[in-house]
Amino acid sequence: MTTLDQLQPGQFGQIVRIDGFDGIASRLREMGFVPGQPVQFLRTAPLGDPMKCSVQGSRIAVRNGEARRVYIEPMAAPIS
Amino acid sequence: MAHFAETTASESLEIATRSFRVALVGNPNTGKSTLFNALAGMNVRTGNYPGVTIEKKIGRCMFGDTSVELVDLPGTYSLAPRSPDEMVAVDVLTGDSADQSPVDLVVCVVNATLLQRNLFLVSQIVELGKPTIIALNMSDAAEARGLSINTDQLSENLGVRVVAISASKRTGLAELKSEMSTQLEQVANRQVSSLERDRPLPAEFYAVCNELRHALVERACTTESLTRQNCSRTMVPDQYLIERMLLDRGGEAERRAIRRLGAGVLPAIVSAREKLASVCGDPTELECSARYSWAAHSLEGVVSRTQAKPRNATDWLDAILTHRVGGMICFFLIMFGIFQCIYSLSSIPMDLIESLTGVLSQFVAGIIPPGMLRSLVVDGVIAGVGGVLIFLPQIALLFFFLAVLEDCGYMSRAAFLVDRVMTLFGLSGKSFLPLMSSFACAVPGVMATRVIENRRDRFATIMVAPLMSCSARLPVYLLLIGAFVPASGLLGGLISARPLVLMAMYFVGVFVAIPVAWILKKTLLRGETAPFVLELPEYKVPSARVVFSRVWEASREFVVRAGTMIFAASILIWFAGYWPGDHSRQFEIQTRIEQLEADSSDASVSVSGDLAQLRAEHRRLSSSLLENSTLGSIGHTIEPAVRPLGWDWRIGVGAVASFPAREVIIATLGTIYSLGGEVDEQDDGLIAAMRASKWPDGRPVFTTPVALSIMVFFALCAQCVSTLLVIKRETNSWFWPALSFTYMTALAYVGSLLTYQIGSRLF
Repeated sequence: MTTLDQLQPGQFGQIVRIDGFDGIASRLREMGFVPGQPVQFLRTAPLGDPMKCSVQGSRIAVRNGEARRVYIEPMAAPIS
Repeated sequence: MAHFAETTASESLEIATRSFRVALVGNPNTGKSTLFNALAGMNVRTGNYPGVTIEKKIGRCMFGDTSVELVDLPGTYSLAPRSPDEMVAVDVLTGDSADQSPVDLVVCVVNATLLQRNLFLVSQIVELGKPTIIALNMSDAAEARGLSINTDQLSENLGVRVVAISASKRTGLAELKSEMSTQLEQVANRQVSSLERDRPLPAEFYAVCNELRHALVERACTTESLTRQNCSRTMVPDQYLIERMLLDRGGEAERRAIRRLGAGVLPAIVSAREKLASVCGDPTELECSARYSWAAHSLEGVVSRTQAKPRNATDWLDAILTHRVGGMICFFLIMFGIFQCIYSLSSIPMDLIESLTGVLSQFVAGIIPPGMLRSLVVDGVIAGVGGVLIFLPQIALLFFFLAVLEDCGYMSRAAFLVDRVMTLFGLSGKSFLPLMSSFACAVPGVMATRVIENRRDRFATIMVAPLMSCSARLPVYLLLIGAFVPASGLLGGLISARPLVLMAMYFVGVFVAIPVAWILKKTLLRGETAPFVLELPEYKVPSARVVFSRVWEASREFVVRAGTMIFAASILIWFAGYWPGDHSRQFEIQTRIEQLEADSSDASVSVSGDLAQLRAEHRRLSSSLLENSTLGSIGHTIEPAVRPLGWDWRIGVGAVASFPAREVIIATLGTIYSLGGEVDEQDDGLIAAMRASKWPDGRPVFTTPVALSIMVFFALCAQCVSTLLVIKRETNSWFWPALSFTYMTALAYVGSLLTYQIGSRLF
């Protein structure tokens, strides 16, 4: 298991859990970061942070600090 | 409406006159504004919800004989209020707050391309138990992506009517309207169908909710001497809020219950939560997993893929627009392009407004003889208000570009691109949008900081937002650049110096904002860096209606401001410049000049000699009257303070008079120069009068360093009462507006002093 910020551009992971129950953890959950969902790391901003990823069809920018709270299991591209 | 006949006469009267309230709710970027504009057209009113700072947009529309009030709620991912602002949407929907009448119908706008994620919010709306319609927007985009959505199946699964629409292409709207009409008729006839829908959370959860509700009713009845029915209706929060109390630890629903029923309710809430945890596990996780599995369950048999997923245009565009190098180049090109356009495209409508003002002045001068009234109308009102209105084209263009960038989806990319840089100074990428909109006006900019959840980030953004060059500064820059910056070109005439100076003025505020924010985050607003989560929506062609309505709103606001506050200020300043003093000799000369001018068809040399002599005397007299007026005395009193900035007393008066709003300086200078006799029919306005203005020793007052010094002063000063008041409202304290006024005025003075002192040694 690793965290979202550890993926390479283009790589996929399956969400295992989100750390914490504060406002930002709830926001991540509301925006689609839920256990079992695949997430794809797309690219980073020009200065390396934040990063852009794709979850449940939407593109979401998160800072590396937040991405570290998303625990994932790296996986091959899901068949859609 | 056949079944109306069955109702009694008094009931049908009530139905006919009753106005229905329909709330529009949905995730951000679902096309909610486009739908709102399509339904309400131009019948839109904006304001603020009582007691809170969220913008309220209300539109009116008619469905046959039924009048409907459409309430546009701010875009939200969920109805879990963590702050009073987030509570607004919940209050409108539940009608729990005293100042909200309950809504009759909820229209939930759902993005068809992100159906599963959007159903999270739908699951909460379903729990409200209100008549609901799902407007499945962007169904055309979903189709283009090879997704086929069976709306009938979805309707059946959700227990709510689903209508496929495309708000931007205006398809499906007739069907949506007719569905809204049908449901409102049912509401009117109290024929609301059973709202027992498939509830998203487990039955145990609702059982604990009911227990908590009973506990709250008991408590309300023991603390208040009300009948059981009355107290439970007025004191106990809505059922949905009781659910939120259980789910959101320390949330707004819990705080409201404590406010209403006393801190004694907390043990009841805590014990209900403990019970829930022992039965179903942690409430937050329970909610999240229950709602998403409800969403997955609701989508069974609904979505099918008709073709292979085509390459998405958004990903293709993002490969360029968020690229490490290309993205930054595009960012700067877009920003520069906007400033270049504002400068070059607006000259034609500006000239038109200027000549119209001139024609109006001449017309008034033709019908009113020289005297106090003419002076008031021409020198006070027309010179003041006309001088401000001339900038309407630029302001409309600025708002046009901001609306286009936001509506097409680029604004969030800009936030993504600059987040790292902004965090270096203690702000976040999310501060970008409020700061960018502060370039139009700091008032909506300060209000837009509500997208920033973290208080410290939000306050730091509020404090630097007024440093962004708002549209009120634009007239000052344009006037001074037009008059005192040479039109010479760079790179073989490709880029002219004037847009460059204009852009530099815009960047002065930005560069100053950086250390200000940094210092604030190191001192008053110290703390951990706040998190950053932002959705980057699909790119889309901006909706003409949304863009037009933003430009219209902003332009109307500007004209109203010019028409009221600036109008009043113009009259006050005219009066201060007119009184005290005996103007009878001045008017006599004016009458004589006009007579001579009228006879000038057979002008002889002696007549034109007389005319020149009279004009010189008129100018001398006007100047001395102005210098001895109230305005003149104020100016001379403050002159020692503004002299080091290179300013004469007139500019000083302008700066003082424009304390309520920056645009007033133009009106003030217009009034001062026309009262001072330096603007007459031969001159082409204020610019010429300023160019001709001299110190007593004959040196010109306005030089390039002086013009730059004035521009820097106006770039940094806090001269806007509206902004200071909105800061007070947003921070709920007088400390922050007082701080921003003090630090900005000090910065403006120092910046202006440095500009003049360095500039006058260089040029």
